[in-house]
Amino acid sequence: MTSAQSPASHNVNMTRLLTKTSSVVLLLLFFTLSNVYASTLSNIKEKGYLTCGVSQSLPGFSYIEKDGKWTGLDVDFCKALAAGIFNDSSKVRYSALSAKERFTALQSGEIDVLSRNTTWTASRDTSLGVHFAGVMYYDGQGFMVRKDLGVNSALELDGATLCTNTGTTTELNMSDYFRANNMQYKPVVFEKYDEVLAAYEAGRCDVLSTDQSGLFSQRIRLKDAKAHKILPEIISKEPLGPAVRQGDDQWFNIVKWTLYALLEAEELHITKKSMMLKKLPTKPKERRFLGYDGNIGENLGLSNAWARQIIQTMGNYGEIYEKNIGKHSLLNIPRKHNNLWTQGGLHYAPPFR
Amino acid sequence: MSTAVNRAINPIKSSFHWAHRNLFRSPIDSVITLTLCAFITWFIPPLFDWFILQATFTGEGNEQCVNDGACWIFVREFLPQFIFGFYPEESRWRLVTAVIIVIAFIGIRIVFKKKVHKFFTLTLIVSYPIIAFILLYGGVFGLAVIETHQWGGLFLTLVIATVGIAGAFPLGVALALGRQSNLPVIRAFCRLFIELWRGVPLITVLFMASVMLPLFLPQGLDIDKLLRVLICIMLFASAYLAEVIRGGLQSIPSGQQEAATALGLNYWHTMRYVVLPQALQNVIPGIVNTFIGLFKDTTLVLIVGLFDFLGIVQAAATNPQWLGHAIEGYIFAAFIFWCFCFSMSRFSLRLEQRSHLKEKPMTQPS
Repeated sequence: MTSAQSPASHNVNMTRLLTKTSSVVLLLLFFTLSNVYASTLSNIKEKGYLTCGVSQSLPGFSYIEKDGKWTGLDVDFCKALAAGIFNDSSKVRYSALSAKERFTALQSGEIDVLSRNTTWTASRDTSLGVHFAGVMYYDGQGFMVRKDLGVNSALELDGATLCTNTGTTTELNMSDYFRANNMQYKPVVFEKYDEVLAAYEAGRCDVLSTDQSGLFSQRIRLKDAKAHKILPEIISKEPLGPAVRQGDDQWFNIVKWTLYALLEAEELHITKKSMMLKKLPTKPKERRFLGYDGNIGENLGLSNAWARQIIQTMGNYGEIYEKNIGKHSLLNIPRKHNNLWTQGGLHYAPPFR
Repeated sequence: MSTAVNRAINPIKSSFHWAHRNLFRSPIDSVITLTLCAFITWFIPPLFDWFILQATFTGEGNEQCVNDGACWIFVREFLPQFIFGFYPEESRWRLVTAVIIVIAFIGIRIVFKKKVHKFFTLTLIVSYPIIAFILLYGGVFGLAVIETHQWGGLFLTLVIATVGIAGAFPLGVALALGRQSNLPVIRAFCRLFIELWRGVPLITVLFMASVMLPLFLPQGLDIDKLLRVLICIMLFASAYLAEVIRGGLQSIPSGQQEAATALGLNYWHTMRYVVLPQALQNVIPGIVNTFIGLFKDTTLVLIVGLFDFLGIVQAAATNPQWLGHAIEGYIFAAFIFWCFCFSMSRFSLRLEQRSHLKEKPMTQPS
């Protein structure tokens, strides 16, 4: 450029400068706005409801009742959270998520908590920007066979034909298990659940293999459910639990301790019914847990009646379990691993003190 | 004349004749006919058996479905949910009213034909979106607010489809005109817009709208999820529609436009009275095709957690009390979708015929 600038080029320069500054200002404004992150809890309180990501439909875990209400084990956990925060289990908004979008929805703030039968794995916990708050249900891959085969253990399945679905880890787990036990098997693999079940029912394979919770819900779909049994072996670990975004420890604690509160209540034999009696607890453990002594609830940022509200509206873990997937449901999944540690299961809540 | 007499005298012979002429003309024809007959006899009875003979129609619960056939109780029991989704039962009359207004309007048009004043039609078309919004969403006149996360089922499908169609049409026309504009900026913008939206799959667009957009928006600024989806579907369909309409615009000889200019009409008048009426008429099949595609694409909103008609049918099929009736649900959904799409295609046929009737006197030599 020459030393003498014409007025026209000066004008052009000015416009350029203006556009540049204005775009920088806009960008700055944008970043400051998007960086004003209020805490999840205050956000929820302000909105007046909690947004919970659930499965689009999974029998027993989250599905829609005939009257349009969401129910299931995963759904009840969302309700318990709402009961703890608002003392009203209906203050939940459900966002039905596919497996693909669940983590993105959590990261973007579209949902506050993900309660969608999601397996807690190392890679998910470390690389996706999420925290798993605990285990709601201990699942694992199992086997279903016809009773008339006379098989009582998965170790007797040498040479069997196995039906399963593609694209998941089930195939891999199966081949690992059979190789480790020096057994032969023939896999018959299908794309969809329905096809797997149809093939099994038609006798194209001796064994159906998928996650245990899935086996129980598949079994009620069979014509003669009583003629089939689910073998005791579990060949993979699938701990399913709620997850939250990283970066908000207070919210993480609330979700974590809500889950523990459900377990602790069962351990202390506090049920929905016993809460209805309105008798003041006398044992120090119970008094602390229910918020009559100490201030566990307040430390979480909630009221001290927090645990009381949860159990009053939802009941303890055992009640929720039996209602949705256990004895009082069609699925009738035995507690086993999902029992309390005092009953030989894996559920163990740290002490409330 | 003679064939008619023949048929009257000897119907058996003539029907034999017909069969011979139409079904068994050559050896290949005979083979095809026989194969098809065999196929039908092999295929139809079991289907009929499953659909009707072995099916269960009456009863209350899943336990009643003991036969091998279809269990239509499932569809009957869940029908209100399929139609209204999560909409509260006590407010469902509002949806019914919104539909009745449309039906009444169409009825008036059919009965009174041209006697209906243009002003009446115009007011209704302009005010209907507002009326419908008030009825559906509420919030005024003492109507309870029904938030969009409670919308679902066939009702949601229809909302998405109608808003998509109603919004995409004017936008598509504008884009098509803009793409042919003499002004380079407008032309470039329209081309960019169309190519951008046509270049991405709808699923990606929906996914962006539902889960990615909140990442960029400041917290607290919460745009309704359904609104985001509606806007995306509208923009997406408008890009496709613009290309269809552009085809129509190009089919109009430039002489038309020149003649209009010679008569002293300005650009907007030329378009409104001369070019667009002819161009749109020429591409009715293409436009309706796009709309049918849009209607079926609404099922993709399940990806972003909205329960449209198909989504809610799928969800109902996983109710533990009703497991194993997914097929009945899917068949029902397919039937309903077919009904809507078929009536759309019939409607387009009628529009075409009407426009051809209008044209005829002009093309006939006097």
